[in-house]
Amino acid sequence: MTSEQPLLEIDNLKVDFHTPTGIVRAVRGLSFTLGRERLGIVGESGSGKSMTGRAILDLIPHPGIVSADRMRFRGQDLTAMDKGARRKLRGRHISMVMQDPKFSLNPVETVGSQIAEAYRIHRKAGPREARERSLAMLEQVQIREPARVYDLYPHEVSGGMGQRVMIAMMLIAEPEVLIADEPTSALDVTVQLQILKILDDLVTERGMGLIFISHDLHLVQSFCDRVIVMYGGKVMETLPAAELADPAARSRRHPYTLGLLECLPDLDHPRAKLATLNRDPAWLA
Amino acid sequence: MTAVTQAPTGKAASPGRLGRWGRALSRELTTVVITMFGLLLVTFFIARVIPIDPVLAVVGDNAKPETYEAARIELGLDKPLWQQFAIYIGKVFTGNLGTSVLTSNPVVEDIKRVFPATLELATLGTLIGVLIGVPLGILAAVNQGRWQDQVARVVGLVGYSVPVFWIGLMALLLFYAKLGWVSGPGRISVVWQDIVTTRTGVIMIDAALEGEWEAFWDAFSHLILPALVLGLLSVAYISRMTRSFMITELQQQYVIAARVKGVSETAVIWRHALRNAAVPLFTVIALSYMHLLEGSVLTETIFAWPGLGRYLTNALLNADMNAVLGGTLVVGVVFIAVNLLTDIIGRLADPRVR
Amino acid sequence: MSDTSSTGLHAWLISDSPESRRQARLGQLYRQWLAFKRNPMAVAGLVIIVLLLLIAAFAPLIAPFDPIAQALDKRLLPPSATNWFGTDALGRDIFSRIVYGTRITLVIVLLVVVTVGPFGLLIGAISGYYGGWVDRLLMRITDVFLAFPRLVLALAFVAALGPGIVNAIIAIAITTWPPYARVARAETMVIRNQDYIAAMRLQGASQARIIWKHVVPMCMSSLIVRTTFDMAGIILTAAGLGFLGLGAQPPMPEWGAMISAGREQIFDQWWVATFPGIAICIVALGFNLLGDGLRDVMDAR
Repeated sequence: MTSEQPLLEIDNLKVDFHTPTGIVRAVRGLSFTLGRERLGIVGESGSGKSMTGRAILDLIPHPGIVSADRMRFRGQDLTAMDKGARRKLRGRHISMVMQDPKFSLNPVETVGSQIAEAYRIHRKAGPREARERSLAMLEQVQIREPARVYDLYPHEVSGGMGQRVMIAMMLIAEPEVLIADEPTSALDVTVQLQILKILDDLVTERGMGLIFISHDLHLVQSFCDRVIVMYGGKVMETLPAAELADPAARSRRHPYTLGLLECLPDLDHPRAKLATLNRDPAWLA
Repeated sequence: MTAVTQAPTGKAASPGRLGRWGRALSRELTTVVITMFGLLLVTFFIARVIPIDPVLAVVGDNAKPETYEAARIELGLDKPLWQQFAIYIGKVFTGNLGTSVLTSNPVVEDIKRVFPATLELATLGTLIGVLIGVPLGILAAVNQGRWQDQVARVVGLVGYSVPVFWIGLMALLLFYAKLGWVSGPGRISVVWQDIVTTRTGVIMIDAALEGEWEAFWDAFSHLILPALVLGLLSVAYISRMTRSFMITELQQQYVIAARVKGVSETAVIWRHALRNAAVPLFTVIALSYMHLLEGSVLTETIFAWPGLGRYLTNALLNADMNAVLGGTLVVGVVFIAVNLLTDIIGRLADPRVR
Repeated sequence: MSDTSSTGLHAWLISDSPESRRQARLGQLYRQWLAFKRNPMAVAGLVIIVLLLLIAAFAPLIAPFDPIAQALDKRLLPPSATNWFGTDALGRDIFSRIVYGTRITLVIVLLVVVTVGPFGLLIGAISGYYGGWVDRLLMRITDVFLAFPRLVLALAFVAALGPGIVNAIIAIAITTWPPYARVARAETMVIRNQDYIAAMRLQGASQARIIWKHVVPMCMSSLIVRTTFDMAGIILTAAGLGFLGLGAQPPMPEWGAMISAGREQIFDQWWVATFPGIAICIVALGFNLLGDGLRDVMDAR
């Protein structure tokens, strides 16, 4: 890691939903900093990992309320910005790749025009320039016939290609931070690795910061530099990814992290019975 | 919409498209044929259950038995029912709906004359419904649960609860009699009657074609009130449906993705969500158009509007059955045609089924 | 004392583990009632309908005058302390006529619903349950009726049958059933494939029993919602027929016919046509509000 200013500084982030039946606390006091690195956030569904990404982008839906002691992007105070300023950051400086391209692309517009739109929002560019940039971007995500794919509708492309389109759309304005929210879990296993490779290459090449949100420990362990383990909206622990696989470091691990690891089937050490997760209410206190 | 601008590159990729289209179209046409047949069966049945003796209507009450019998045979009433039905179908398809007792014209001629007036009214009513209803529905969807939503809800419920003939009377009372803002019943003032040559049958268009702007405005001031009354019904329906479609669309992932890209909220709503809602919304607008054709029956009576609705009610009140059944049949056919057209256009507008 | 018993009842009703079928059913109703009560617009609708029922029941006590007897010396009087809504061209008190008119409105609505509901439900349930050619045939017939504009078809039927309130009711019923059949069919198709229906079949239950005891009750909630909404539509159609002189015949105090009678004098004696119209609006709005509230409570599946 470099000693320059971090891309993101988050301190005591909270997301609460006020519902008629009471307050649901989706994220409870999350803190981390992100440099030009790959940071993984793992947890079960409902652990608040996706809400963390949404909160950074100012995209928490209606009854949700975000608060934080500190939330900075490259030194700029996000909490002090108005809605318009936060919107200008989105796509241009902080972007997000979402889970399922089948639902995340507008079904009635061609994929090309959706990529071009992302470019034109942030750069003063004519339709022709936007189209050329979009074609170039499609090439960067290793689509072989960009000109043909440009005019396809989302339902006409496969899941893997859809996710590449998604990546192209989210990276075309050259943001510094990318949040990848389960970017491969809706895809076939065979294309998962390709997509990750493309994502990894672009992030490294451009020196971006990546927040990789996943429930898949193996993936996070092999793909990220650092890992945050979340449960019930709280951070259980933060650790270097390498330590997840290191048997010597096991004793230092949080019981929840160990629990998650135990749940994974392992070809080299088959077990008759997979462990079930023990969840201790005391962790949330 | 997008169909026109889309480059043909992707088309060749799916060879099954033409076959799918053909199948969909033939299914559609089968439905149309069967519905048409049912339509004819119903009107034929109604004509047969009338307590009025059609022979007596022709020969008069005091006719001799021989005259009666001759007329009965001439009308084909001695034949079995299915043959009578076949004859009826044959007549309808050659454009013979019989003669109106009231006007002594062929019913087809009468309908041709009065139909443009109804179309004019229903079209403007729908236009008003769309221009007010769609934004209102969007406003309600975007502010779901807030006061804007409640206002839209009340507007919708009131629109569903007001008898159109009554609100028409009230509108005449207020805007014509008390305030004098618009012209009263009728389609155009007597001064302008017959001055504008009939080309399309839609007076406003005819007047504009001839550059008779005074006649144009006179026609407009007659048209606006009944159109607004019909529009109110349309607003209720369209705003409700728009709201529900928009709420569905705004919850979709692609809307979030658009926001992530940095698309402004206005563009998210109007460009992304509305374009997706437009496909089902189009069907709703067509349905509302058909409702207005129907609503014109009562509205035209109130506003003395010389359209199909008034023709139908006049015929009804005078037991002019040829005219009643002819008018009913025509309205039914228009319904079927609009349905078919909507399906086809809906298919064209949605790349997923195209 | 009464306090504890009512909380006891409350607890019994909202119990998560009901001990009898009756308790479960009552509990569900009670929960829906609690949700319904929270919606002020729906409660307003309910109040309107209850008032309508009360007025219809006690019409002779409420109406100050005879709704039919003419008093030609009191023609077209404006609203006053004696004639709250004024009098019509035959000197009859409009308020009294509106009060008695509630009975006609209720009779029309109830008769239509009573005939149309079960008929549409049965057609839809049979169509959805059996599928195949039965379904295709029944749905074709339904489609034909749906292809007609409702009011125009009703008009044609009344023209053939002759004007009058009974024929108007028949005509409205003929044009109202298709959507019920559609709703019931859609519900049935969903229910048919549920495991518990398969379980019933395995136990050897007859098809009639399955349809009647299991499919029909499951369709009820959406049909009740649909019916409540439709009641407003039925009222408007009936009033429209009355307005055209094809529904209830004079001297019956039917609201649509009353508006029609006031049409001649609309510019000079506005009250004759105005008040019956307001009555129609309020009642139709009541049913619409109620239907809206019921849908939120019952259809939220």
